[in-house]
Order: sequence, then C-alpha cells, then structure tokens
Amino acid sequence: MESFIWYIPLLPLLGAIINGVFGKLLKEKAGIVANLTILGSFYFTVKAFLYVKDGITFNGNLFTWISAGNLQVPFGVLVDQLSIIIMLVVTGVGFLIHLYSIGYMHGDPGVARYFAYLNLFVFSMLLLVMGNNLVLLYLGWEGVGLCSYLLIGFWYEKHSAARAGMKAFITNRVGDFGFALGIFLIFSTLGTIQYAEIFQQVDKLAAAGVLTAATLLLFVGATGKSAQFPLYIWLPDAMEGPTPVSALIHAATMVTAGVYMVARFNLLYAMSEVAQAVVVTIGTFTAVFAATMALVNNDIKRVLAYSTISQLGYMFIGVGVGAFAAGIFHLMTHAFFKALLFLGAGSVMHALANNTDIRKMGGLYPKIKITAITFIVAWLAISGIPPFAGFFSKDEILAKAFAYSPVVWVFGALGAVLTAFYMSRLVFLTFFGKFRGGEELEHHIHESPPVMTIPLSILAILSAIGGFVGVPELLGGSNHFEHFLEPVFERAQEHLHFAHVSHGLEYTLMATSVLLALAGIGFAYLMYIKGTISPAKMTERFKGIYTVLYHKYYVDEFVEAAIIRPLLAFSRWLWHVVDDGIIDGIVNLVGKVTILFGLIFRRIQTGYVQNYAAFIVLGVILILAYYIFG
Amino acid sequence: MQVPIAHFLILAAILFSLGVLGVVIRRNAIVIFMSIELMLNSVNLTFLAFSNYLQNVEGQVLVFLVMVVAAAEVAVGLAIIVAIFRIRETVHVDDIKLLKW
Repeated sequence: MESFIWYIPLLPLLGAIINGVFGKLLKEKAGIVANLTILGSFYFTVKAFLYVKDGITFNGNLFTWISAGNLQVPFGVLVDQLSIIIMLVVTGVGFLIHLYSIGYMHGDPGVARYFAYLNLFVFSMLLLVMGNNLVLLYLGWEGVGLCSYLLIGFWYEKHSAARAGMKAFITNRVGDFGFALGIFLIFSTLGTIQYAEIFQQVDKLAAAGVLTAATLLLFVGATGKSAQFPLYIWLPDAMEGPTPVSALIHAATMVTAGVYMVARFNLLYAMSEVAQAVVVTIGTFTAVFAATMALVNNDIKRVLAYSTISQLGYMFIGVGVGAFAAGIFHLMTHAFFKALLFLGAGSVMHALANNTDIRKMGGLYPKIKITAITFIVAWLAISGIPPFAGFFSKDEILAKAFAYSPVVWVFGALGAVLTAFYMSRLVFLTFFGKFRGGEELEHHIHESPPVMTIPLSILAILSAIGGFVGVPELLGGSNHFEHFLEPVFERAQEHLHFAHVSHGLEYTLMATSVLLALAGIGFAYLMYIKGTISPAKMTERFKGIYTVLYHKYYVDEFVEAAIIRPLLAFSRWLWHVVDDGIIDGIVNLVGKVTILFGLIFRRIQTGYVQNYAAFIVLGVILILAYYIFG
Repeated sequence: MQVPIAHFLILAAILFSLGVLGVVIRRNAIVIFMSIELMLNSVNLTFLAFSNYLQNVEGQVLVFLVMVVAAAEVAVGLAIIVAIFRIRETVHVDDIKLLKW
C-alpha cells in the first residue's frame, strides 16, 4: 500500500498547481484537469480500501516535516478503517461534485481559479483525514478553512459574498484558537503529537487531569468548523459561494471534519464523561435549534444550510454518546443525500436563472424531471423514511442516544419531525403546485445538461441504497459498517456504558421515529399541497414565534451588537490612540527632533566661503589664544 | 641703525590682519583677491625680516617661491572672476551662490 498511498493527497495538489499556474491558458479545460486528478485520487483510494477491507492498515512517514527540540512532526499518513471511509467520501462525492461543476461553472470567467481552489480543498481535506498526527490534522484543518474562505468569496465582486467569506473565516478563527490550545495542551503534557503515541499514553493524560480540558478545547475547534452552536452563524451566509461548493465543502466534507476529529479521538472522549455530556448537549441543542430556523426560511440554499447544521448536530449526538460508528455512518449517508440536495438546488437555480427564493418557484416537477426525482429521493433519505439511507443512520444514532439518555432521544425525535416538515415544505413549494415566478421566467425553465444530471443520478442511487451497508441486526442485517469500524473504536468500548434497551423497545422507538417523520411530511402536505391548513393563517396565529424564527433568533443581530461593534470600537481605539498616537507619535518625535536640530545648525552652513573663512580665522585665534594664555 | 625685528613683525601682523579682515568682510571678488595678496605679501615681509635677522638667504628664496605661486594664482583667479563676470555680470560674491541650497 505504501507505493501508491501518497498519490491520494498529492494528485489533487498537482491539479491545484496546474490549474493555478496555467489557468489562463487552460480556461474551460481546467475542469478536465481537476476531474482527472480527483478521479485518480479516487481510484487509489478504492485500491487502498481493498487492502483495509482485508485488515491491512497503513501508518507510515514520508519524511520529517518539522524537527525542533523534542517536537518531531513527521509528514505521515494513517490509513485505517476510519480514515478510508472519509477518504472514499471525499474523493468519491468530491469527484461527482467536480464533474457537476464542469456544467455548473461553464462560462464563468474564473473557472480555472475555481477548479484550482476546489482541488486545493480536496488536497487539504485528505491531509486532514489522512494525517497521522495532530499537526497535519491542524494543517489540513486550516487548509480547508482557507479554501472555504476562498470559495465562499469566489464571486468577490459581490459585496455580500466577500463579507460572507470573511465571516466564515473569522468565526472559524475563534474555534481554531481553541483547537490550537487543545493541541498545545496535549503536546505539553505528553510531548508528542502522534496519534498512536497519544493513545498509548492516554492514561498519563488522564492522570495529569487535563483530559477533559484537552477534549473540550479540541471540541471548540469542532464547533467552529462543523458549525455547531454557538459558532454556526457562518454557515448560512456561506451559501453565497457557488452551489457545488456548498455541496462539497459546506455539506459533504469540510463541515464533518469536527465529527471525524471526535471519532478519531474516540478513546479520549469516551474516557471523559464531561466531554461526552458537552458534545451531546451541544449536538442535541444544535440539531433542534437549527431545524427550527429552517422551518420559515425562504431561500432554498439557506434551508439546506440550516438542515446541514441540524444534521451535524445529529452526528455529534452520535459520536458524543459513544456511538462513533453510527456518527460516521450518518456522516457518510449525509454526504450522499445532502450533496445531492445541494446539487439539486443548484440545478433548480440553473433552470431558474439563479433564483433561490422558493416563494417564486413551484410546479417544477414536470419540467425538470431528473432533478426533481433525485431531489425527492434525497428528501425521503433525509426525512428518515425506510429504506432510504438516512433512515438507517439516523435511527442508529437515535437508538444509541436513547440508551445514553431518553431525554436526548426526545429532542432527537423532535428534530426529526422538524426535519421532515421543512424538507417537505421545500420540496412541495419547489416542485409541486403552480409556478409563481412569472411567465417570462417560466419560459426559461430547462433541464440541466447531462454532466450535471449524471452526478445527481449517481448520488440519488447512493442516497437510496447507501444505508444497506449498515442495516442493524435488529432488522435482520449484520451491520457491516459497524463491524468494519470496530478495530478503530475497540479501546473506547470499555469506557462506555449504555443502558440496556430491550428489542421490543427498540422496535417501538424505530416505529415512533418513522411515524413522526411521516407526521411531519403529512403536516407539510396539508399545508402546502392540499391547502387545508393555510400557511398564512399559521403565520398569523404564531406571529411571535414566526418573527423570531424568521430573524434567526436575532443571533446575528446579537453578535453584531455584543461582539462585532465593541470589537470594532476597540480596534478603532487601538488604531487612532495607540497606533496613530503613541507608536507613530514616538517615531514622528524622533523625526521632529532631528528636524529641529537641523533647523538650528543649518544656519552655520551659509554657503558663503567668506563665512567659512571667518570661522577658520576665529578658530585660529582661539588656538593661538590657548597657546598664549593657556 | 638697525630697525628691530619686532617692528617688521608688528607691521606684517597688521597687514595680515587687514588682509584677513578684507577677505572676511568685503563682498567684491576683486577686493577679496587683493586682500589675499595683502596677506601673502605680509608673509613675504616676515620672511625677509627673519632672513635679515638670522643672516640666512633661504628666506629670500622662499619669498620668490611665494611670489611665483601668487602670480600663478592671480592669473587663474582673475580668469575665473572674468569668466563669472561674463556670465553673471557681477563679481559680488553674495550673488554667486550656485552651490547653495
């Protein structure tokens, strides 16, 4: 495996360099370069997967990257059951999105730049996943953050896009600060940043009493990158970027980095009950909180963004309660159906001249059938309708959550109802009923080219059947997925304590969650298709709640008032008083004193030879006087 | 009777001081020039006085040297003054300040 494993991250880097340097020459061909590199990367990942499937994992170093004192950072990769799954998602789903991008970005003047960023993103993401130490993880972590910033602000001439990029970057800085502190804490306690050594010496970490602190600091980073409360605010705005970017970075891969990180450090989290409780609490709260905001939003991409935040919350419930395999399972299925939803939304926007307002859509089903059908598959998957992928993964998480604490299950189920409702609302308003966007636009509607619909179809198939790799034993499956991941989470098991849940109860829970999802869909059906319940009347009746939800709980306003404004004022104070006043003042003072001396002494230098002669004479007289009288 | 050497030296000192004063105070290039000549000649007088006093001829030899140098210097100096006068129509040194910033 060592012979080809390095190609996996390096191919996308090569693509990024080629597209970055020769982009002006390549123009539209940049898409082909980018696709080939990702395809190659995917090929080698599959090859590596075949080894891992047989139980052969790889942990090796290419070279020493940093060597300073007792800090040794090798450039090394770890390919085990956990990382190979994420690598498959990153390169596989990544390839489909690259393919889709050829159609979506066709004709954009910055297409080469776009593909260079996208390739660089895949490289960073693979580095994040494959690295066998914390510093490489951090490098990838920052790399994906950078690419996210660059791609959100891809249309930088649009003010809102540039602002959204900055918002994402700065919000992530807050999280990454905690993440870096976590790494420092682990390094200063153990003197190593290699995963293998950290897991070996984990008892030392616990004995030093920093285990909880370290895991919580790392989790701060995860809340930033994976858009959990309270650092989720950047993700909805990130929708300013091109839609395939939202699919790849802000749904399928980058935002799941936090989930991967927690799963990677499963042993550390399993050993700290406090950390587990915090992860579960944040995850549960975010899952419901974000879902409520999705209920009333009218922007097709923003609804999906809130949905992503909510689904990430579920993943954190999974890894938080100790059901690491379930969390990763949901990560994978979510990558399928959420990427599909975003790409579908992109296809809809493509058909409607970039309109994203669902109030101006409707009745699109007969006109863009492939998009509509694939979107519907994804809708059923995310709503948790069996046998689509989302049902198995979400149910797995909810079952384990119940064993951890029934309260978490209640909130998880509530989130599931809300998810089913807002997704149904989205689907019904977009694809059914009458078109509300005006006649001129209606004339324009057309299906996307095959280069876009083929990725949609493949993702639809994956969303439909992807869940079968992890059918729980309860339903007569053998849960291949969990068994595959077992070696990675083996050591954590002894620290986890689940309450016993009888089979009967598990069936009941499963049936309940499906019924709740159906109820959510049914309610949306009554509201938006049948019209039995008028949405306008509902709005009128729950005006207070509606307003709060519509304004996203005024969190942005709060952040603006409580953090941004004071920070800006403080920065201005630093600028005007400290920098302009004190620092520049000192520098200017030196200059002014010099000028003052110059003004005085330049009077001696008149330029008249006679004056100089006079000075010479004066000097001679003084010297003579010294010899005569002195 | 022999004139005491002190008289020669005092006269030379007075002439030299006048020359210095002329160089420092006067603004006309020609007058400055003449003042320089005055200083040179006061030095010559000193040489001659000591030559006579010490009964040594070397002092008189040096006087010739000074006169030759002075003649050459006057030739070059007057040429410069004439050249400047042709361009600027003045020999007033306050007006000749091309190098002053």
